[in-house]
Amino acid sequence: MSPIIEMKNIEKHFGSVIALAGVSVDVLPGECHCLLGDNGAGKSTFIKTMSGVHKPTKGEIVFDGQPMDFANPRAAISAGIATVHQHLGMIPLMSVARNFFMGNEPIKKVGPINVFDHDYANDVTMEEMKKMGINLRGPDQAVGTLSGGERQTVAIARAVHFGAKVLILDEPTSALGVRQTANVLATIDRVRKQGIAVVFITHNVRHAMAVGDRFTVLNRGKTLGTALKGEITPEALQDLMAGGQEMVALEGSLGGTV
Amino acid sequence: MSDVSNGDERIKEISKFRQALIRPELGGIVGTVAVFVFFGLFAFDSGMFNSQGVMNWSVVSAQFMIIAVGACLLMIAGEFDLSVGSMIGFAGMMIAIFGVTLGWPMWIAILVTFAICVAFGALNGYIVVKTGLPSFIVTLATLFILRGFTIFIPQTVERKTIIGGIREAAEGDWLAPIFGAKIGAPIFNWLGDMGIISVFERGNRAGEPVVNGIPMLIVWAIGLVIVGHFVLTRTRFGNWIFAAGGDADAARNAGVPVSSVKIKMFMFTAFCATVFAVCQVMEFGSAGADRGLLKEFEAIIAVVIGGALLTGGYGSVIGAALGALIFGVVQQGLFFAGVESSLFRVFLGIILLAAVILNTYIRRIITGER
Ligand SMILES: Nc1ncnc2c1ncn2[C@@H]1O[C@H](COP(=O)(O)OP(=O)(O)O)[C@@H](O)[C@H]1O
Ligand SMILES: [Mg+2]
Repeated sequence: MSPIIEMKNIEKHFGSVIALAGVSVDVLPGECHCLLGDNGAGKSTFIKTMSGVHKPTKGEIVFDGQPMDFANPRAAISAGIATVHQHLGMIPLMSVARNFFMGNEPIKKVGPINVFDHDYANDVTMEEMKKMGINLRGPDQAVGTLSGGERQTVAIARAVHFGAKVLILDEPTSALGVRQTANVLATIDRVRKQGIAVVFITHNVRHAMAVGDRFTVLNRGKTLGTALKGEITPEALQDLMAGGQEMVALEGSLGGTV
Repeated sequence: MSDVSNGDERIKEISKFRQALIRPELGGIVGTVAVFVFFGLFAFDSGMFNSQGVMNWSVVSAQFMIIAVGACLLMIAGEFDLSVGSMIGFAGMMIAIFGVTLGWPMWIAILVTFAICVAFGALNGYIVVKTGLPSFIVTLATLFILRGFTIFIPQTVERKTIIGGIREAAEGDWLAPIFGAKIGAPIFNWLGDMGIISVFERGNRAGEPVVNGIPMLIVWAIGLVIVGHFVLTRTRFGNWIFAAGGDADAARNAGVPVSSVKIKMFMFTAFCATVFAVCQVMEFGSAGADRGLLKEFEAIIAVVIGGALLTGGYGSVIGAALGALIFGVVQQGLFFAGVESSLFRVFLGIILLAAVILNTYIRRIITGER
């Protein structure tokens, strides 16, 4: 099977900061590709180059076999790449339905005029939220009144709805409780089985192991290689993420709880 | 909404009252009722509610409305335009220069003025979007630049700062009446004949009704309010306006063309200012270099009274229109009631403060912040 998206030697510099120093990753349709790494490793920056937020300073993106150069997030979304950013991207003052369809507003014709199809937007939003196990008061409830976990779930439901080919989740579980985390992991599994490629960023090895097919570890803007499920133990992944030695020592003194 | 019963039992049903409270128009509606009740009780016999009086505050309110619609959509998109007042003076002066000094046909003068002013709006927007500077600063600069030109140009070419003769120059023009004419004259004549509105009793207009038509200014105001409200609440672009002002980064990441939305809103604000200016010069027959002074603040106050948040992302065109109505009714009502006009400013300051406090409270309810 050929990859849906190939990132080749991606570099990204912010002024003098080198956030990515040549990272190569490819993602297959129907797989969950986990990106792991410590804070500041460059994970968010990397997926932002996939979703059209940042232009890579150097490197090549091949999407569906074609070289791609996303001018902006809109271009990536139209190509079928949906992203849940780490800092969510929900607008608190707007209703859940308006947030859900932000940038992808459904349109119906009334005479010669294109109008926002609020009925359709409301119905779909309620239905998708129900699928995720969240009962909204109504589609016009403001996102600001939702809890952190609920907001996260709206963001994920939105991306699942619009992520026709690639779904990118940047630390979706870091703010969630036990049940909501299980829900998100189950959603990843369901989406993957539909043949969609999932990029799942986390620094929780157990979450990664639960759904991941392949694992790529980033460290200080570089990749330390990609491992297949079964080829690597959770302990080895944890070590790679922390950059090796000192973690082993720390883990010993903490009694293996990290 | 109906099936909350089987939903999460911890979601409190919010009361109808609270739900009504979070509508942005609420302050405007309450204020409008309060203002009419007040003047109805204390100034009913002042002439404020006869046909001339009604026309008087309607025209003033319509003026506020025209610029408030632009300021409202721009504020919801997360930006301000402090150059609106200068733009009004500038646009009026351009029409006088083109139409009177240079003698161009009035319709060309009007269209060219629109093009120049909307281009200035686009420039405001472009600078704000490209530099990331607060629009407050960028448009403050434009405020001075445009006002400076508005004084400099007529002084240089005409050696004066007021240019008259616009009504004569607009005689027979096809475009000028769209801004300067009155409509519905037959209806008003009929109302006069029926004795429903009063008629002049002597002079060369004896027998004509005291109010002989609805100025196009009012038609523009209502039209802009309807279009603005429709675009904001019923279209895709409206959702983008909310999103751009709510959180520009989040909106951009979701595929909303935030920069283009903001630039378009600056252009629309300039368009509204130009409509105001054209109506005004057609009515007065002259352009003056000091026209439009402080109008930017009056527009912003009307918008805030109408429930919009100064921080963007929330508001209503209907609310802004009601804010403009309150503004017009109070300003003229105090005049009719014979109250010292300086007290209007006191009122303005108080109501602005009250509106901002109310809006902040509403914002907390919506976003659940404490
Ligand atoms: N817009 C930016 N401007 C400057 N530096 C940035 C920017 N975004 C990220 N960085 C830097 O790039 C590095 C990687 O950040 P990030 O991709 O957010 O890491 P991670 O998501 O793995 O925690 C950090 O050192 C961060 O400070
Ligand atoms: Mg990150």
